[in-house]
Amino acid sequence: MAKITSLAEAITENVKDGDTISMEGFTHLIPYAAAHEIIRQGKKDLFLIRMTPDLIYDQLIGVGAARGMKFSWGGNPGVGSLHRFRDAVENQWPRPLEIEEHSHAAMANAYEAGAANLPFATFRGYIGADLPKVNPNIRSVTCPFTGEVLAAVPAIRPDVTIIHALKADRKGNVLLEGIVGVQKEAVLAAKRSIVTVEEIVDDLNPPSPNSVVLPTWTITAVCEVPGGAFPAYAHGYYPRSNAFYIAWDEIARDRDTFRAWIEENVMKATPADFAKHAKKPGKVA
Amino acid sequence: MSSDFTPTEMMTIAAARALTNDDVCFVGIGAPSAACNVARLTHAPDITLIYESGTVGTKPDVLPLSIGDGELCDTALFTVPVPEMFRYWLQGGRITTGFLGGAQIDRFANLNTTVVGSYDKPKVRLPGGGGAPEIASNCGRIFITMALSKRGFVDKLPFITSMGHGEGGDHRERLGLKTAGPTQVITDLCILEPDPQTKELTVTSIHRGVSREQIVENCGWPIKFADNVAETPVPTETELTVLRDINARTKKAHSSEGKEAA
Repeated sequence: MAKITSLAEAITENVKDGDTISMEGFTHLIPYAAAHEIIRQGKKDLFLIRMTPDLIYDQLIGVGAARGMKFSWGGNPGVGSLHRFRDAVENQWPRPLEIEEHSHAAMANAYEAGAANLPFATFRGYIGADLPKVNPNIRSVTCPFTGEVLAAVPAIRPDVTIIHALKADRKGNVLLEGIVGVQKEAVLAAKRSIVTVEEIVDDLNPPSPNSVVLPTWTITAVCEVPGGAFPAYAHGYYPRSNAFYIAWDEIARDRDTFRAWIEENVMKATPADFAKHAKKPGKVA
Repeated sequence: MSSDFTPTEMMTIAAARALTNDDVCFVGIGAPSAACNVARLTHAPDITLIYESGTVGTKPDVLPLSIGDGELCDTALFTVPVPEMFRYWLQGGRITTGFLGGAQIDRFANLNTTVVGSYDKPKVRLPGGGGAPEIASNCGRIFITMALSKRGFVDKLPFITSMGHGEGGDHRERLGLKTAGPTQVITDLCILEPDPQTKELTVTSIHRGVSREQIVENCGWPIKFADNVAETPVPTETELTVLRDINARTKKAHSSEGKEAA
């Protein structure tokens, strides 16, 4: 059964220095508030896993919390580079970053293998591409029936997965809908999991046809954090702040501007400080 | 017919024209997304647009900034989880056309979006492949749209993120690929297509007002021209109006909300 608790307590109890950690959300429902709590608590030596590292991992890398990252696309979608990620890879600032790079298909299949308790995933991939030359975790298997050679990658089994969802009930059953990404697989693949939600309600129904429900016994902790996905979005609650993603390019480009932003908006702030932006879409300057 | 258009507008509209009503298209973000939606709003209203976030048959009113904007899900026929998107729909062979862009391309339409320089000590670390390695091999055919420049069109790629025609000739067949690979590269100056035998990209159509010298100067390898080179038809008033309207709506939508938190 999930423990319904505060975000600070959930991170303290479930995220340890050195952990392998997955924070998923395919553009939608990205767990920003949880990442900020990890930064506030000064967690270190984390190995980050995420298909689309996005701003959330730019921030964790920039503060020096990450020793490595497994990913398939590390950019600011539609805007350009993740400057803190680039600075770490190109200049080892603020520390070197070990990278394990895949394609989206590989990562999605690897999460599925993790959820299915299999040791690896196989798929038709990487044909003619150079990534297998630089990533020893991309190998191949021969189909025992047809002889076809297929790509193989190890299953993803994080120490802890953190996602943001729309709602939980008072028992800790969780619902998300809309773009559901790889969140279900990431939670089921992990040893421990934290789910932040927009609200805790008496009853989850009626779910829409493509809704995903994660039952309480698959989750370690559930925390009510309204606005917890901002500047990403929460289907039916608030829109994605594309303006924030565009503005991040300038903030992250320079080390000092980045550090000042983290100090002001993460270290000296609370999840509620972000939530206020999410609550009034389209009404701010 | 309109006489007043920019090279980028010509590129987007030429790319849109490559698509048909029957296409089921896996859309990359940026220039491909603009082209695919212009096609949908002009000559191909029933085209099926698929984004890798899981949205199938989406009809956005503004161009998404990311592959998972809420707009895409809200207007989709249905939305599936990401593992299903890559397993059942892409790998399952149900997508006719992939539309890609890239930082660099070579003469055989291989793309690089991973690194400039060496992989371990890159001069520029780019975002990486995302969905592209498998889009390039699993879609029926591939269209690519990129502005023609010496930085982008290079003699030798430092890294192959997604395979086009490999080393040329029958390289795709030798690797067991049954899909066509890149069939058109649409730039702001001209359209390139692979030579039927060698698979080397060859100029087949030049946009109005562009000279052969301009094309040669902006390409990083000695570019070849087909025996019969066409002039790309200029954008129609309708095409330009649709493109400019969607760009204006998009700019407005992406510029205001939530900015104070930054």
